[in-house]
Amino acid sequence: MPEEISRRHLLGRTGAAAGLLMLGARRGAAEAPAPGAPDAPAPTASGGETPSVLVDLTRCIGCRACVRACQSANRLPETEAGALRTAGAGASQTAGTDAPASWPRQELAFDLWTAVNLNKKKDGNGRERSRFVKQQCMHCLEPACVSVCPVAALYKTEAGPVIYRAERCIGCRYCMVACPFDVPRFEWNSGLTPVIGKCQFCAQNRLFRGQGPACAEACPTGALKFGGRNNLLFEAHARINARPETYLPHIYGEHEVGGTSWLYISDIPFEELGFKRDLPKMPLPALTWDVIDKIPAIVAVLASLFAAVSLGLKRGEKSV
Amino acid sequence: MMVETAGWSVLILCSGIFLWGAWAAAVDRRPPFLAPALTGALSLLWSVAAVVLTVRFINGLGATTAMTDRFPWGVWIGLIQAGVAVSSGGYVVAATVHIFHIRRFEPVLRPMVLTAFLGYCFVAASLFIEVGRPYRLWHPIAMWQHHSIMFEVAWCVTLYMTVLALEFAPVVLERFRMHTAIRVMHIILMPLVIAGVILSTLHQSSLGSMFLIVPQKIHPLWSSPLLPVIYLISSVAVGLAMTMIASFFSSKAFGRALDASLLKSLASAAGLVLGLYFLVRAVDFTARGAWTSVLSPAWLGAFFALEMGAGVLWPALLFATAKSLDDPRRLVAGSFGVVFGVTLNRLCVSWFGMVPHTGPVYFPSSMELIISLALVAAAVAAFALAARFLPVFPAQDEGHARPEQAPRHAPLAPPSSLRSAKGPAPQVPAPEEA
Ligand code: SF4
Ligand code: SF4
Repeated sequence: MPEEISRRHLLGRTGAAAGLLMLGARRGAAEAPAPGAPDAPAPTASGGETPSVLVDLTRCIGCRACVRACQSANRLPETEAGALRTAGAGASQTAGTDAPASWPRQELAFDLWTAVNLNKKKDGNGRERSRFVKQQCMHCLEPACVSVCPVAALYKTEAGPVIYRAERCIGCRYCMVACPFDVPRFEWNSGLTPVIGKCQFCAQNRLFRGQGPACAEACPTGALKFGGRNNLLFEAHARINARPETYLPHIYGEHEVGGTSWLYISDIPFEELGFKRDLPKMPLPALTWDVIDKIPAIVAVLASLFAAVSLGLKRGEKSV
Repeated sequence: MMVETAGWSVLILCSGIFLWGAWAAAVDRRPPFLAPALTGALSLLWSVAAVVLTVRFINGLGATTAMTDRFPWGVWIGLIQAGVAVSSGGYVVAATVHIFHIRRFEPVLRPMVLTAFLGYCFVAASLFIEVGRPYRLWHPIAMWQHHSIMFEVAWCVTLYMTVLALEFAPVVLERFRMHTAIRVMHIILMPLVIAGVILSTLHQSSLGSMFLIVPQKIHPLWSSPLLPVIYLISSVAVGLAMTMIASFFSSKAFGRALDASLLKSLASAAGLVLGLYFLVRAVDFTARGAWTSVLSPAWLGAFFALEMGAGVLWPALLFATAKSLDDPRRLVAGSFGVVFGVTLNRLCVSWFGMVPHTGPVYFPSSMELIISLALVAAAVAAFALAARFLPVFPAQDEGHARPEQAPRHAPLAPPSSLRSAKGPAPQVPAPEEA
């Protein structure tokens, strides 16, 4: 029943793509798990562990097969970029070489949940260093987006993936502000029914039915590897240790903002490839929870204080 | 391009006329063309805003605002936050009068409750336009997510608007002589006021807490774990400042005597709060070692200097000097400084302070500002109308109006236009100027 998963017709400008469907709405109310309620079955695909993907940037050739797989698995409109790539210079390209001039940049959008772009940077010796980098939601272990969403439209499933339930969303865009990786995107050109869009880890259409995410399955080079998080961390460390002269000793996502389900290893420093640096190691939601936590106490103290002051002074007023 | 040019022209024209009107009122002049100019500016502004609204709800926020995926919260969020802060006069005066029983301030209570209510109406209306799906604004009430500061703010604001409406209800009831209802209101007044003050404390500070989760995105000048405290203290200061402004302008508009001693006490209190505010910010700065980032980049440093100088130090100085305490106009100028400073502070936290992180990708479209200006104008106009038709101000020479008293009309002129709120001449010269 993959097609029965909640979805909606794209409206407004994307009406040109009518017939394209998107995860996450209208009928979802009944189907999406309520917070606290038991979720979909534990993902057997990842061996019962937190489902994760390890991205090895040294292996990515920029073919964008993952992007196209994502678009078809999630019924997102095919972008021009994806199509161009199919027709253009093939997968013969090796990692690190320049892309053809016609190779257009992709930006994540409410209807483009993953993007692969070439990131170039001159190093100290004037040598150009570049890698293809796949972007998508990192599926944080303690997601800021979920903690700020006032209506639990963004929701961390018990299995691990962070999913979006459009039927709750009010479009406040706090998630976009809060996400440390700037992942969630908004449908700016819809007058009345805009949605947030981001990678769902293929949770409802694949993962909960025993399959890994479509992108990882489509990757021809093994740059994306799906599995349980602990296994993948182990493997990442093993790869780094086996070729320390190539890999940098840093697994991006192991500790960033308390850890993410997507993990990256690379031979070029991450900050040179446009990854956010200086992210705190601690989970961000704690920053606000520390305050919210105290609210009941504050209310109690203020209420009794004001009541006492007000009654006390009133009595004083009368006796004068 | 043409649209933007036209938009900015409308914006500049209208705000120019409004400023002229406010100036004329402050200095007791009534230039002959002021009234028609104000009426014209209002009609122009509101018609343009109606068009913008239509486009927004048909073609989306992308078609009307400069917000993008790279800058998802624009000037509206900053102004909404400033709107909440500026509306704090309601709870500050309510607490003073009803909890601390300082009855001297009772004459300004009703106007401040009204100001607050209209301020929150501005906030609610802005939110209605700002969020993607306004018809779901009730969702936080039904779909709980208590880890979210936004959830808490939604609850507090909803409840507090109800409290404000109830606090203001006696005014309407008096007007229509519904005495039983007034007596009931009188009984529940105290718990209501306490609830209102608690709700305000919570959401005034929580608006600051909303930005605690993005320490890495906000420039160190404004990113602080003390944001909730900073927001709360500044809201008290701006509440007092708004009380001075409202007293001053309503005395002008309705030809009432201005209670100079009241203004003086307000100014002294505001001065103290500003001093405390400055202290907290200075300590916070030193503790975080933020002084080193004051000049990188320089333009943010300048904004910071403006915020602290024009919005905190200058007014604090005015409020502390004996000479200006006797000059209502200086106090009101200082109050405007406070309002400016707090507004700038909110904009810096939610907008300018983010620019080093995002890059220069956002500058508001004229349409965003037109909507905001139109809503502010509507709130001011509503205040003028309410003040004219309802017993908002106590009768002259009668400091302590009691709710049971018969309703009085605020003076007299035929209720035909908004003119008197904008460009009035006082019918009674204020005694301290006579
Ligand atoms: S990367 Fe951003 S959108 Fe994805 S789970 Fe983390 S906070 Fe949420
Ligand atoms: S925009 Fe939607 S998903 Fe994002 S925080 Fe607001 S309600 Fe939640």
